[in-house]
Amino acid sequence: MTAPLLQVRDLKVHFQVRSGGLFGTSIPLKAVDGISFDLKAGETLGIVGESGCGKSTLGRAVLQLLPATAGTVAWLGSDLTALDKAELKAQRRNMQVVFQDPLASLDPRMTAGDIIAEPLRNYHAELSTAEIKARVKEMMEQVGLLPSMINRYPHEFSGGQCQRIGIARAMILKPQLVVCDEPVSALDVSIRAQIINLLTDLQRRFNLSMLFISHDLSVVRHISHRVMVLYLGKVMELADRDALYRTPRHPYTQALISAVPIPDPEKERAKPRVIVNGDLPSPLNPPSGCVFRTRCPKATEICAQVAPPLEHAGAGHEVACHHWRE
Amino acid sequence: MTGVNLSSPHGEALKAAGEVDGRSLWQDAWRRLLANRAAFISLIVLVTLGVVSVVGPYVLPWTYDQIDWDHVEAMPPNFAMGHYFGTDSVGRDLLARTLFGGRISLMVGILATTVALTIGVTVGAVAGFVGGKVDQLLMRFVDLMYAVPLTFFVIILMVLFGRNFILMFLAIGAVEWLTMARIVRGQTLTLRNKEFIDAARASGGSTTAIIIRHIVPNVLGVVMVYVTLTIPQVILLESFLSFLGLGIQEPMTSWGMLINDGAAELEINPRTLIIPAAFMTVTLFCFNFLGDGLRDALDPKDR
Repeated sequence: MTAPLLQVRDLKVHFQVRSGGLFGTSIPLKAVDGISFDLKAGETLGIVGESGCGKSTLGRAVLQLLPATAGTVAWLGSDLTALDKAELKAQRRNMQVVFQDPLASLDPRMTAGDIIAEPLRNYHAELSTAEIKARVKEMMEQVGLLPSMINRYPHEFSGGQCQRIGIARAMILKPQLVVCDEPVSALDVSIRAQIINLLTDLQRRFNLSMLFISHDLSVVRHISHRVMVLYLGKVMELADRDALYRTPRHPYTQALISAVPIPDPEKERAKPRVIVNGDLPSPLNPPSGCVFRTRCPKATEICAQVAPPLEHAGAGHEVACHHWRE
Repeated sequence: MTGVNLSSPHGEALKAAGEVDGRSLWQDAWRRLLANRAAFISLIVLVTLGVVSVVGPYVLPWTYDQIDWDHVEAMPPNFAMGHYFGTDSVGRDLLARTLFGGRISLMVGILATTVALTIGVTVGAVAGFVGGKVDQLLMRFVDLMYAVPLTFFVIILMVLFGRNFILMFLAIGAVEWLTMARIVRGQTLTLRNKEFIDAARASGGSTTAIIIRHIVPNVLGVVMVYVTLTIPQVILLESFLSFLGLGIQEPMTSWGMLINDGAAELEINPRTLIIPAAFMTVTLFCFNFLGDGLRDALDPKDR
């Protein structure tokens, strides 16, 4: 087995939120609270969870766009959280990001060509304008954009095309890791498939590793090798895709999967559903013990007292629940 | 599969058409500005005024400081003598003085605004983007500067460095940049959480590069509008300072000073007040209309 490309250990990102009043004390908002995982070369790890469970924060912390409060992010063995600016810049060329909102992730005052060329200009100052242009055009073609659109501005493109520009920008340095932060959530369903196919296609061609953040379980199932389920900044379950979708162990995962609609009304009506009641608790004041217990159908006394550790529940299958054996 | 669009006949046609030039937001804004009649006319009037102010004094038969000893009393317009607007109370040609004054006023307006623009945008963008202690430090300094009265500040400068023409630009610029810095900082704060800034950082851009490449071009729309509103403010400020005797000195003149002189003779000779006042009013109106037009033209909601 090859060494993992990325090793995240006990990563925590806490934000200090001031409670009201002039002399209010600040309390930590634990957006990401002790997450560990490995990522191998060429592998896609899907990260799913509700809004506000820390998916995007995790992605940003991995890329060092947000400072980690504790824990390590190791890239090929070297800890990114300990690097200084210059070393971090050198490492950053290996990891890029694709954002959720296609238009907001592109500078409205720059042409598509300039946007895609920006990473090249940052890392290859020696390239001439003509060389940069040639590479940009080649990249545009690879992501399915017409190279003749190089001088257009983001507002002249459709959402799907903007996302392709974002992908081209992420791919132009030929990185080894791409963090996709809900890359298709803002897109039309018909465009979604195109972008997903483009991503898997690029992954195959460049042997990319991906962190694929999404709340859409069907999309994650399609693209991921492994899936991690987050809830209030903690890992609930981490397993191979097939294991997770066929035999979900955690009640939260079971509820999520049972909520995925089946495109057949007969089956849809007949299928058993695990209903999760209530809303996501405030991350400022998370429940004691297991964070999911307030909404869990299986919760018992122990859940309020002891936070369940991640336990092995089969090969590569980890679950954080006191009752997963039931 | 990447060639979905490329393989279609339409795609081929587009591909063959070669590079398509994009229409930038600026080009779009420019088009909308030209469509706004008030703004467009204002622009033409301002350019004309500028050109006439610069070229005029060379062409006219009288210079701004030349006294026509035959007409030392204020004289009504006399075309035969070349006094198209008449003379002032000491016999100097009013048209020459008005045009020369326009030169000074417009120059003060544009130069002081440029000073304010440069300092304000730099300070505002750095404070807003870097944040934290740097932000606190810079913004508290701005607050401090706000608390210093302008006249007091100018008098101190005059005492320290003597009366100097350039000093006035500096003094006015040093006061006007404060508001600019606040505006730019506010805009930067909204920009810095946008995803394209994160994307720029992820693709290896340094803080300086991001400020220059992404922040400044994106705040420029708002700043442009504010600039057109600052120029008239600065012109008024200059006339205020000249009125107090802290600005331009005789025989040099500016619109503010001409109006001041004219006001003294309002009862005998209203012409000496009305003519420079009309020039100044038209200029201020035009800048305001242009500012309005720019604001509408650059408003993204119209897009």
